[in-house]
Amino acid sequence: MSLKLFEGFKFTHMTTPVHRMDPRPKFLIALTIFVMSLLSMNLLVLLTLFLVQIPIIYVAKSFHRWLNSIKAGAMLASLIFIMNFITGSTLVFSLTMTLRFLVLMSAFSLFFMTTSPDDLGLALEKMGLPYMLSFTFTTAVRLVPTVALEAQTIIDAQRSRGLELDKGGIVNRVRKYIPILIPLIVSAIRRSTELAEALESRAFGVTQKRESLTVLKMKQSDYLVAATVFLTLLLGVYIQFSISLPNFDNNITMPPIWQLWDQLKKQITMII
Amino acid sequence: MIEVKGLHFSYDRKEVLSNVDLKIHDGEFIAVMGENGAGKTTLVKHFNGLLKPNKGEVLIDGNSTQNSTVASISRNVGLVFQNPDHQLFSETVFQEVSFSMRNFGYSEETISKRVNFILETLDLSSYADTSPFMLSGGERKRVALASVLVSNPKHIILDEPTIGQDYHQKDKLRNFIVQMNSQGRTVIIVTHDIEFVVDCKPRVVLLSKGSVLADGCYDSIFSNKDLIDKASLMSPQISLLMASLGDLNFDPKIMDLYQAKTILEGKLKNCL
Repeated sequence: MSLKLFEGFKFTHMTTPVHRMDPRPKFLIALTIFVMSLLSMNLLVLLTLFLVQIPIIYVAKSFHRWLNSIKAGAMLASLIFIMNFITGSTLVFSLTMTLRFLVLMSAFSLFFMTTSPDDLGLALEKMGLPYMLSFTFTTAVRLVPTVALEAQTIIDAQRSRGLELDKGGIVNRVRKYIPILIPLIVSAIRRSTELAEALESRAFGVTQKRESLTVLKMKQSDYLVAATVFLTLLLGVYIQFSISLPNFDNNITMPPIWQLWDQLKKQITMII
Repeated sequence: MIEVKGLHFSYDRKEVLSNVDLKIHDGEFIAVMGENGAGKTTLVKHFNGLLKPNKGEVLIDGNSTQNSTVASISRNVGLVFQNPDHQLFSETVFQEVSFSMRNFGYSEETISKRVNFILETLDLSSYADTSPFMLSGGERKRVALASVLVSNPKHIILDEPTIGQDYHQKDKLRNFIVQMNSQGRTVIIVTHDIEFVVDCKPRVVLLSKGSVLADGCYDSIFSNKDLIDKASLMSPQISLLMASLGDLNFDPKIMDLYQAKTILEGKLKNCL
């Protein structure tokens, strides 16, 4: 279990233009990338969607942490590639699917790395979500790094008692996660009860109408970003449905495994 | 013997331990102390291979931890974590305590004998069939202790063993630790509880900002006001009392209740 993955989803206070941006246009960026990457099956489009994020991440001074989460996600990405390729998909198709996963991960990583849970909560409220719900959501987001850290401590504690997570067959390995998952769930429940009690003792939910210390206000630049992104999305959808982009698929596939096996058997019988 | 040579360790480029050199002989009793964030837990996590040095090395009985697994080192080095909730997962206390023994592959007969012995010693026999989650904080802490001590490791490391224990349990714990130590086992405790340390009379390794600030017998370290302040500690109560009777010029190394009583009794008798 690689916990570096969570690093790329954790908010850090910084003062870059990306961090200062209103969460709503930032969410629109993530949403646009999300929609486009699901609409398109073209390697070129997905590569563009991936590359377009890198300058933004640079401006947000979060390249190192983003790279860490991409590295941690590489394991899953290679699994997606291998599973696609060995089950008969073409090389380009397998690459496209892998890239789609990385694009999606990176888009949300960019959003969560640069948006504070407080701002996110305010934005959700502005969008009409009841405070109780937006609070629940932002608390969940805020607790992800804490839970990740706790998971690491639990893994360490159980390894100190002789638990070897990377030994044994698949079923055995899954079973070995029980000593990790139970303490993690129990302590999450315990924490939520404590949190609820702490909130109640500080009069949470007494007034229906809340005032906020900071008020979100879209700046001119935010409107500009939102408009640009929205137009890009429209353009993207238009291109997707009415212009045919060059397709690189050259039909390279891996011979199905059973054929390989047959060939191998033939070879062996010939030798014998 | 546990040997630490020029150990450097950093979390995400932030140096936590720098150039730590330490030799712990078999059968020694060590208390690792220091301010919050001094690197105490990080240091002891190197002793069973959970963390590997960035630079330098840690040798356990002559073998470097670099190429050994945590499971193999754990047979000889038992590490009890601070928070019991990070490791309890079984249905009964008996199963919980036997977990490490099963991982190490002991026979059912040995497991049953050892588990019953350790439960008896730590006052937990009556809870053998109870769920560990139903116990109080102090009891859960003792179950966690039992679950590591049950396999009888040669070197025992306890991270904050006295937290949440009442005076009687602390006393019992101390007797138990001292008894294990007198049987030839190395005992290393990480703690802020200076009174507990004074009662144990160990060698003290004082850490500050990731380096060894002082290393020596508890009384020479605790009687040094400068060191005490640097490590954010507070002198033991008896030495505070003796120091406050400044005119009488008592030896600042007097920290033991019995010793103080004898000296004060002598003085009082002379006065009468």
